[in-house]
Amino acid sequence: MSDARPLSLVPDLSEAPVKLSFRDVSKAYTTGSGTVVEAIRDVSFEVGTGEFVCLIGPSGCGKSTILNLLAGLERPDDGEVLLDGATVVEPGPDRALLFQDPALFPWLSVRGNVEYALRLRGTPEGELRDTAEHWLERVHLAAFADLQPHELSGGMRHRAAIARALACRPQVLLADEPFGALDAQMREILQVELQQVWSELGNTFVFVTHNIREATFLADRVILLSARPGRPIEEYRITTPRPRRFDDALLRSVVLDIHERLSEEVERVAGEEGLRPGMA
Amino acid sequence: MQGKRVFDRVWPRLALVAGILFVWWAVTASGLIGPEKLPSPADVWNAFTSHVTGADGLLAAARGTLIRLAFALGVAVVVGTLIGFAMAASVVVQRSIGTLMTALQSLPSIAWLPLALIWFGPTERAVMFVVFIGGVPAVAIATATSIRQVSPLFTRAARTMGARGWTLQRTVVLPACVPGYWTGLQQAWAVAWRALLAAEIIRIGAARGLGHLLEASTSAENISLIIAIMGVIVVIGLVIDLLFSVVDRRIRRKRGLLVPA
Repeated sequence: MSDARPLSLVPDLSEAPVKLSFRDVSKAYTTGSGTVVEAIRDVSFEVGTGEFVCLIGPSGCGKSTILNLLAGLERPDDGEVLLDGATVVEPGPDRALLFQDPALFPWLSVRGNVEYALRLRGTPEGELRDTAEHWLERVHLAAFADLQPHELSGGMRHRAAIARALACRPQVLLADEPFGALDAQMREILQVELQQVWSELGNTFVFVTHNIREATFLADRVILLSARPGRPIEEYRITTPRPRRFDDALLRSVVLDIHERLSEEVERVAGEEGLRPGMA
Repeated sequence: MQGKRVFDRVWPRLALVAGILFVWWAVTASGLIGPEKLPSPADVWNAFTSHVTGADGLLAAARGTLIRLAFALGVAVVVGTLIGFAMAASVVVQRSIGTLMTALQSLPSIAWLPLALIWFGPTERAVMFVVFIGGVPAVAIATATSIRQVSPLFTRAARTMGARGWTLQRTVVLPACVPGYWTGLQQAWAVAWRALLAAEIIRIGAARGLGHLLEASTSAENISLIIAIMGVIVVIGLVIDLLFSVVDRRIRRKRGLLVPA
């Protein structure tokens, strides 16, 4: 068993140039009641070009904060967020963001939603239709192009959101628990599709999830974050070749490993708060 | 299927009209209420048909009232929408002009009439002013609220796709606020309609209107005509409201906001 561990707890040593980097980034929020909550503290990590990284951690560990900072929707209090060595100051079409809610525009058809992204990229009007069709085919939605988003099932809405994000031709795809609200089967189907899209397009991918199985299935590298204030406490490189299978024995052993480490972290926090299991 | 749906929607309304007519006919035909207090449905119908056309007729009066409404409400919508945009765009405007709009809304528009008469005299402009001042706050508040309620999810999604500034406003905020804005227009029309008829009844302005006609008919021998005019006011109100609702349903159905009954 221990021979088979596909883990290395050392940083990614691949040759790919660095795409994204976080350097000693801290971010705090002031809540409505005036208390200051430290979301992340001194977070540093790098993501290589074309790498698929999953961020995982207990709830409230600042995963979404990291993603919003990468997207440029928020600015760090301290430290630097870099894309290709340049400071991220605002959102841009080079970084597409997928949310837990597909966030499709309800006043546009499925096709209209994809065309919206294409228009912002400056695609000529004459090519909109064909290009939108291309991305919808990619996620098996071409037959539903003329429907309104509310007429699609939950899984199809997520596919449409993926098509819209891909249509921006982003260098980086950021995803904030995009499949969190879906049932287990639909999740798996979309994970397989996403893996395929990523293999074909070669985008850099940063994926936030609380689902360990999802993280190990998709990622080249899983970064485990501590409880609030979040900071990386462990990294797992997953070298299993793709296409991967959910029943892969190696992946399952990684899942168990991460699960154990995550449980430790959750218990450590519970202990600090005087809420040991059994006392509640 | 479609035919049955229409029938399901129509029959309760037809039943209501039939019920009202029957009770009305019963109390008048039986002599329970005398014709000097409540004429029979047939008398009212006769008064209606004999007053449809002509210079003092119902058609001419309805036309005058509707033109007034279209003009005053049209101006109120333009001005109210602009004020609403400004309220949504700036906290300072929201806190100052926004408070003024809320204050104005608490004042029944007909309460402006005495002032309007002093400022403009018993003229068309006084009537228009009362309708306008009633419509503006309703439109302004609805506009600002509908813009403020646009889901941040949509603006975040659009921003990450590279939309900002005017493009973001035009392609996301404007279309997203349409359902709320339309509801606001529907409320503004109802306020304006009541203000307009109230002002007409107080008999200002030279031109004809349903309110003028109603006031001019105030004598016992005209009781059938009075009821006929009231009926016309109600029917026009229902029709305009129906038009608003049809558009509203379209907007909501397209966006999946309409829960199928």
